[in-house]
Amino acid sequence: MDPTIILAAGVASGTVLLFAAVGEIFAERAGVINLGVEGMMLIGAVVAFGTAVATGNAWLGLVLGTLAGGLLAVLHAVITISFQAEQVVSGLALTFLGTGLARVLGEDLSKAGAIALLPTLTIPGLAAVPAIGPILFTDQSVLVYVGYIVVPMAWYWINRTRPGLHLRAVGESPTAADTLGVDVYRLRYAYVVVGGLFAGLAGATITLAISPGWFGDLTVNGQGWIAIAIVIFAQWGVGRAALGAYAFAAIQRLLIDIQGPEQLFGFPNPFYVNHTLTFFLGMVPYVLIIAVLVAVSGEAIRKRIGAPAALGISYVRGERGH
Amino acid sequence: MTTSAPAHQPDRKPVRLPWAILLERRLEIPRWLPVATTIGAVVVALVISGVILWFAGGDPIAIFIHIVRSSFGSLGVLSDTLVMATPLILTGLACALAFRMRLWNIGAEGQFLMGAWGASAVVLIPIVPAGTPSIITIPLMMAGGMAAGGVYGAIPGILKAFRGVNEIIVTLMLNYIAALWIAYWVFGPWSEAGFQLTAQFPKEAWLPRLSDYSSAVPAFSGLTVHLGLIFGLVAAMLVRFLLFRSRSGYEIRLIGDSPRAARYAGINVARNTVIVFALSGALAGLAGMSEVSGVVHRLQQAISPGYGFTAIIVAYIAKLHPYGVVVASIAFGALILAGREIQPSGIPAMIQGIILFCLIASEVVLRYRVRLERRMA
Repeated sequence: MDPTIILAAGVASGTVLLFAAVGEIFAERAGVINLGVEGMMLIGAVVAFGTAVATGNAWLGLVLGTLAGGLLAVLHAVITISFQAEQVVSGLALTFLGTGLARVLGEDLSKAGAIALLPTLTIPGLAAVPAIGPILFTDQSVLVYVGYIVVPMAWYWINRTRPGLHLRAVGESPTAADTLGVDVYRLRYAYVVVGGLFAGLAGATITLAISPGWFGDLTVNGQGWIAIAIVIFAQWGVGRAALGAYAFAAIQRLLIDIQGPEQLFGFPNPFYVNHTLTFFLGMVPYVLIIAVLVAVSGEAIRKRIGAPAALGISYVRGERGH
Repeated sequence: MTTSAPAHQPDRKPVRLPWAILLERRLEIPRWLPVATTIGAVVVALVISGVILWFAGGDPIAIFIHIVRSSFGSLGVLSDTLVMATPLILTGLACALAFRMRLWNIGAEGQFLMGAWGASAVVLIPIVPAGTPSIITIPLMMAGGMAAGGVYGAIPGILKAFRGVNEIIVTLMLNYIAALWIAYWVFGPWSEAGFQLTAQFPKEAWLPRLSDYSSAVPAFSGLTVHLGLIFGLVAAMLVRFLLFRSRSGYEIRLIGDSPRAARYAGINVARNTVIVFALSGALAGLAGMSEVSGVVHRLQQAISPGYGFTAIIVAYIAKLHPYGVVVASIAFGALILAGREIQPSGIPAMIQGIILFCLIASEVVLRYRVRLERRMA
């Protein structure tokens, strides 16, 4: 029940959610919902882990796992952008396919022993900063630091650059963007694949850094869906998604750690070895997500913000629409 | 109107192919086409799956023959296939009904579990005293299951209708919560001697099976098909009537096809959202009841191999038509039944994903006429 450990663990596992959420933000800002995050993460996770087992090289695993996620996303792009199929259903199909394929590929991987993992780093100087140092800069995986860099870069790309302006235009008003000479189809393809690369990276982060090993579907265990919820919570903003990801992961860790000590603040701990409460504690993260979405929906209505206007709508040049 | 394929914009392509793929918007869809594309898509999906299996070192032909033989090969296995199809029919109808209104109920799995819990509660709390005859116990269990599933389904409906909360996320989160809820009851209050399952229900709480009548009809001996199949078939007829013969069904389909037009027509979208979600949940809940009362005869954690998720594909294969759901459920019941013995265990899920992909991809053929046109040299 050490707050520093809980927060540090939250930042570490939150990095997984962060990558997946940032990827989904890119795709959705371009107007394409991809509900296949869970499937793409599983593929990324299994390819990364399998590669690391086979070659002993975790970095190669990271690259191939990331690419595998992107490759699966190409399928979603073809189906939803070129064939203009329902994005929701295509995303679900992606999750089915990714889950099944990952289970097939991971057939013998659960027996694989310890593998070479990505290194952890302590940043000299920054680690000594009181309060923040031990949480953010001590003994964290190199990918956690990548997360620190990805967030401001993604924010800057989306909000302050010309390509980012095009990205937002394609998601808000593809017809207007097309009129101005932006290639709607090409941009949507690109950002759906970027989303897939990030999801693959998120999966690889699990198996190569945060909780190594292959445990079938349980490797990702619904984190892809949590990431999609975080995107909605964040109202499609990168900074808020990062905060949400870290906070959610820290709460998950807290719910486990709170069952540890016999005494809590000098009182008998009601959660200590209490199997009944274990199940209800397990529900807390999911109830929390629903509660947060309800709260955010009220905020969205008040502030008149929300999803990109053309989210979920196929663009057909020359037809009525946005 | 003629639209060129988005991915093929000739003016931007540096490489000129000798022919162009043109997509022309169809004005009318021939009646035979939807059925033909569905069958075609499934065939293509099986071929793709076969190629993947072959690359993975398996023998696709042997696997497919195994699937067919171990699910339709004899009266006995056919009966087992129908038992697997039963929960799929009911959850498939749940999805088809919600999807008609473009309500993405991904929570049939959770509603199924809550239905199983609600039905179990009738005999385990117990709401009826031990020894109550079937004629009272079974209808009460049906009511319990449908009420539990219906209330659980209404939650995302209410949140969607009045707060605009994304129903996909809510239904998914509710699936996890339902699984933990079941776990709590089978580990805790209803645990049988500390095991992770409840005591077996009394015989009065069992749905009748065909094999129960084997003393009268010897051919029925060993056949596990239970009354739940009839629930499924009756539900399919009722849902068809609701969708295509009733005023509410017209409203549901109109909201699904064109929400703006529906609002102009004065249709209460919020009310329909809650009702459809509750009905959808009740159907999935009845599936849960039918499974605990007709097959498992107790509540335990692993009562569903993902019926609620497979139901999504079933509904789509059926093109959201209730009778199509019945046919598709039988096919997928076979896949699940035979799939239990197939290694690696991910193959059935993979095949399901590929089938769903091919289906939605094939819909482009329904909306567009695809033409190859030779370019002038």
